[in-house]
Amino acid sequence: MMKWVMTGLTVLSLVFAICTGRVNELSAAFLEECGNAVTLAITLTGIIALWSGVMRVAQSSGLTRKIAAAAAPVLSRLFGGLDRNGKAMQYITLNITANILGLGNASTPFGIAAMKAIEEEEHSSTPEYASDNMILLAVMNTASLQLIPTTAAALRLAHGSADPMEILPCVWAASVCALTAALLAAGLLRQRRKGRLR
Amino acid sequence: MNLTSLIVPAVIAGVLIYGVCTKTDVFTEFTAGVREGLHTVYDIFPSLFCLVVTVGAFRASGASEVITGILTPALGAIGFPPECGTLLILRPFSGSGSIAIFEQILTDFGPDSFPGRVASVILGSSETTFYTLSVYFASVKSKKTRYALAAALIGDITCALVSAAAVNLMLDQ
Repeated sequence: MMKWVMTGLTVLSLVFAICTGRVNELSAAFLEECGNAVTLAITLTGIIALWSGVMRVAQSSGLTRKIAAAAAPVLSRLFGGLDRNGKAMQYITLNITANILGLGNASTPFGIAAMKAIEEEEHSSTPEYASDNMILLAVMNTASLQLIPTTAAALRLAHGSADPMEILPCVWAASVCALTAALLAAGLLRQRRKGRLR
Repeated sequence: MNLTSLIVPAVIAGVLIYGVCTKTDVFTEFTAGVREGLHTVYDIFPSLFCLVVTVGAFRASGASEVITGILTPALGAIGFPPECGTLLILRPFSGSGSIAIFEQILTDFGPDSFPGRVASVILGSSETTFYTLSVYFASVKSKKTRYALAAALIGDITCALVSAAAVNLMLDQ
């Protein structure tokens, strides 16, 4: 998919630059953006390093397991039919905890482990179709559950924002609404598809 | 003092205190985590680099002005800043690409402008939908994802609309 984005953007850039007479600017931009990419990566390195460190401490001290136990009543209601103390449920909780802490890169490994554990536990007779619990977990991960939008805040700070964290209440409102809409949509579509299968 | 500024240091301190109380070697574990973090950056750098460069070239070519010009009336009518149009379209496809676009918006309009704030909220409250779905379903045998994409995109559209509305209500009086 990304090969089309990259080639498409480059070809469009060339066509538009020729049409708008900006070929010199385009040529300069290619060189300039290389430096920008490195600067951006350095900024991100710091943020990711910090949160990976925090997450690792939380994991090895058993804090994440505690959070998993605390979240079990809510999560086992959402994910129907899964064993409350099973492997799938634990990975799901870790995945969601990492999401809430804003560790996108830590949450993905947990999410993948959870998907595999769900597959194993449900042992569906039609394995080519994703199960409702798999879809629920994947859809939850396409919405952001993140408490502190670290990347956005760090880049705001780097660009001289007077208050990088002022966006927090808005981010929470948008996240909660997006997640609710996605879950409601999943619930409704699930019902509709079920009707059609019968 | 802003109460929200307290959250980041409090979470870090809380995790460290819990670690010390449970006799975890906090420093060794933290540094091990940092090392994993460096690997993550090492892994994502090539695609980040390609996208920053191509997206930067795209913006320099004047193409985004043309596209934004087409989008302006429709987006403006619903209170959405047209400057964030490109971000809105790229967000579900590419995390590094949308960070590159976000950087451009902050450079062009400033982080405390209306488009800068809306872009910040969108980036902070959404995920790379297509990437997430492909990674998650790649890990299981299920190739038919049924209603997953539809539900996820409904969430993304809600996110964009609420982001603009929330910034209008809470920050830009």
